[in-house]
Amino acid sequence: MSSHDVLGRTEGGDLRLVGLTKRYGSFTAVDDLSLTIPQGSFFALLGASGCGKTTTLRMISGLEDPTVGQIFLGEQEVTDLKPYRRPVNTVFQNYALFPHLDIFENVAFGLRRRGVKDVKKAVTDMLDLVELGHLAKRKPTQLSGGQQQRIALARALINQPQVLLLDEPLGALDLKLRRQMQIELKRIQTEVGLTFVHVTHDQEEAMTMADTIAVMNHGRIEQLGSPADLYENPATTFVANFLGQSNLIPASVEGEKDGVVSVSAHGQQLKVDTSRCRSTSGKIILGVRPEKVQIATGRGEVPDGYNALVGGKVVDTSFIGVSTQYLVQMPSGEELSVFEQNTGRAIQRPGAEVVVYWDPSQGFGLEGSQDIEAGAEVDEEAAA
Amino acid sequence: MATQTISTAPAPGGGAQLKVRRRSPLAWARQHVLLVVTFLVFVFMLLPNAVILWMSFNSPEGKFNYTWNKFSLDAWKNPCSNSTMCHSIGLSLEIGVVATIIATILGTMIAFAMVRHRFKARSGINALLFLPMAAPEVVMGATLAALFFNTIGPGGMGFWTITIAHVMFCISYVVVTVKSRLAGMDPTLERAAQDLYATPAQTFMKVTLPLVAPGIGAAALLAFAISIDDYIITVFTAGNSETFPMYIFGSVQRAYPAQIDVIGSLMLLGTMAVIAVSQVLNQMRAARKK
Repeated sequence: MSSHDVLGRTEGGDLRLVGLTKRYGSFTAVDDLSLTIPQGSFFALLGASGCGKTTTLRMISGLEDPTVGQIFLGEQEVTDLKPYRRPVNTVFQNYALFPHLDIFENVAFGLRRRGVKDVKKAVTDMLDLVELGHLAKRKPTQLSGGQQQRIALARALINQPQVLLLDEPLGALDLKLRRQMQIELKRIQTEVGLTFVHVTHDQEEAMTMADTIAVMNHGRIEQLGSPADLYENPATTFVANFLGQSNLIPASVEGEKDGVVSVSAHGQQLKVDTSRCRSTSGKIILGVRPEKVQIATGRGEVPDGYNALVGGKVVDTSFIGVSTQYLVQMPSGEELSVFEQNTGRAIQRPGAEVVVYWDPSQGFGLEGSQDIEAGAEVDEEAAA
Repeated sequence: MATQTISTAPAPGGGAQLKVRRRSPLAWARQHVLLVVTFLVFVFMLLPNAVILWMSFNSPEGKFNYTWNKFSLDAWKNPCSNSTMCHSIGLSLEIGVVATIIATILGTMIAFAMVRHRFKARSGINALLFLPMAAPEVVMGATLAALFFNTIGPGGMGFWTITIAHVMFCISYVVVTVKSRLAGMDPTLERAAQDLYATPAQTFMKVTLPLVAPGIGAAALLAFAISIDDYIITVFTAGNSETFPMYIFGSVQRAYPAQIDVIGSLMLLGTMAVIAVSQVLNQMRAARKK
């Protein structure tokens, strides 16, 4: 895999991974990873468990030695530096607060180890930043999960590391608290301006917080880009399925004209923009997000120039208030998802004959030889 | 009239509820089975201790303090009237302290090695560590006697041979106790310490040791308790020395002074005092946190 330079530059404090590989026996956890994370960015490594994201994080922190490859912080190579010599701090998944020390001493731990004499002001300021100053004398076990999480963050941030690593930092929190902490983390990152590298299997968490996301699979980066870029323009079926949901339809290219590729899928003619195609010849996989697909009772309702698939039959309807989610079975047996916003239109019951249609500029084309299911099943595993 | 009845008249049978129901003690016990059983278990466990305390205030008629004669503080006033007994207590305490220190240090290091490292002989060593606990004491004692007899000779047996023997069987208990504490420790805590600029030595002193300390403390107490009352192995390795358990065993045949009960009571009360003080300290610390 080639080098992913997010902005194509290497600046003072950028974090650079060069050909990073980690093998455990015959298993390759991280495979020749090259990556530049610009200073001050909020970067997410997204993937299912076992994709190598946590191993990558540990190699950056120094808790794991790479088998091959180098790590640079700015111009300094830190590959062989011990973890306690690296200007990098981690917020651990289970927080790893020291149970025998109170909150004040937990936060002061890093400063004290570096021989800072007067820690009182720094610790107080940091506890204020996470709004937990009143808990300084408590022990970690006396705090709630959300409070422990913020202390773990304060304990790392107080050292003003060049890079802050977050290992599934919100995994142990309930949904409501997670939302709150996502906003909080983003606020703190903006405030302190440090490089945050965030590891998660939760695509929503990654999309909410990160400027740039690297989707990892089998120790490699599948795709790297901004959240919107990855969502709108997935490069592989894995990304299309892992990041949100996608309807993926095998198709074959019939021709290309004026920046539009014509394809045929199960005998029906469809179009897709050339600029949104990873492959424009032979077999391709045509994709479209469920919320971009609409449903009609007849061909006549479909606006001109839209892609339409006829002969569908609703097999499942779930009304969730804000939208209605349909599962539509095509004559080929394929099932497509349609999320229709609640605009007051009539709801189609299971059994109804329908036409599904979408704006051709919203579809995307993927290279046709891939596993069409890649990433779909791992997402469910990770969510479970 | 009818409406008034509805609002004010007591419900049928309401008068009966006001009556205090008399219940037999047996019925009460049946409803509080757990309480009763717990109480009986405590009686069963603590009765011998109560007897020791009780008998320590006895003034025995003959040489054997087995039957109650009359109340007396003599034994408490002169616990060391028999110098042989107090000398044996001193020896037991010395051996207990030295054996505990050595066994705790060695056992803790073994526990760390067993939990933290995967090496070839690991499972073998694990089995060997259980041996002193599993083997019959009398066999261990006899073999140790043979070993010491053939190496340093009967003249050299005493404080150090007993201590060596005690260290040997105490180590197993220390290893088991510290190992379980260490195995229950979250390994990320040490990683977190390293991540927060603690060198390996600092990580050990500031994080690992304080977290394992309760386990080490418990192991030391256990080792001391086992050492101080060991009889069988001690007899085989003592030579001409006499420890407190040996003295008591011997005295059963010659005389059983009330002082033995005094020492027994002191040990019991001392232990309880230590527990009480630690409880109070804990509560005070918890109260200060709030």
